[in-house]
Amino acid sequence: MSSKKIALYGLLIALAFIFSYIESLIPMPFAIPGIKLGLANLVTIIALYGIGVKESLVLSMVRILLVGFTFRDPSTLLFSFAGGILSWLSMTVTMKLFSMVGVSIIGGITHNIGQIIVAILYVNNPSLIYYLPFLLTAGVVSGALIGLLGALTIKRIKKIL
Amino acid sequence: MKKNDLYLIGGILLLVAVSFIFIQLYKSEGSKVLVTIDGKEYKTFSLNDDTVFTISQDDGKWNTFEIKDGYVKMIGASCPDKICVKHKKIHYDNETITCLPNRVVLRIIDGEDNDIDAIAD
Repeated sequence: MSSKKIALYGLLIALAFIFSYIESLIPMPFAIPGIKLGLANLVTIIALYGIGVKESLVLSMVRILLVGFTFRDPSTLLFSFAGGILSWLSMTVTMKLFSMVGVSIIGGITHNIGQIIVAILYVNNPSLIYYLPFLLTAGVVSGALIGLLGALTIKRIKKIL
Repeated sequence: MKKNDLYLIGGILLLVAVSFIFIQLYKSEGSKVLVTIDGKEYKTFSLNDDTVFTISQDDGKWNTFEIKDGYVKMIGASCPDKICVKHKKIHYDNETITCLPNRVVLRIIDGEDNDIDAIAD
């Protein structure tokens, strides 16, 4: 691994880390577990398009681990990993089908679907499925915003990645 | 943006709209609230009896909810995120308040089948 790559990965992980911190400061007006902006997903999607598929998975897993132990209760790690892996997988396989906005929306909704599946298993109560319409709406809105931001960003930094 | 993106957004929003309409149409008033901890039935309360109850678990976790005028509201909890406390009061069949950290779920049950009335209204 070249020193340029090491520096770049460090930079992106730090950025995702800070995004997660900022996000933990913004109170969400929704009383449904799992709804958030997904700012850190901006880094994942930029890595997905700018560096590579495998690299973006590594970045997002490292970020989830660090954030889980610092800004959140470590017991939420399970939810984050489920959401993170499912959304990365879904984004990877739909990259050819959609633009960055569509891929980001896919990432947003599958992230929420992954979390709700783990939540159902965690509390042993399938009635949580009633949250799904809310989580899908939230995933579309935040996914579209992150995708638009990501597309604007990658146009400007593509050369240095 | 590609055309596919718009189909995707449209498709999901349509799905959401249809499920909201369904939930709205089949919405009926519940008569009881079922408390489950870790999937196990803990206790059932009638919505007609106003009360304040604290669910205490062996490991010190607790959730306090209030039944008032047929509505259930979580008014306090030991969990770190307090998402359950922020949830609006619930009243209709199948509405739930979830406290993930404490694995506590309050769910309204035993709605009478008054969906025909609801449509007539």
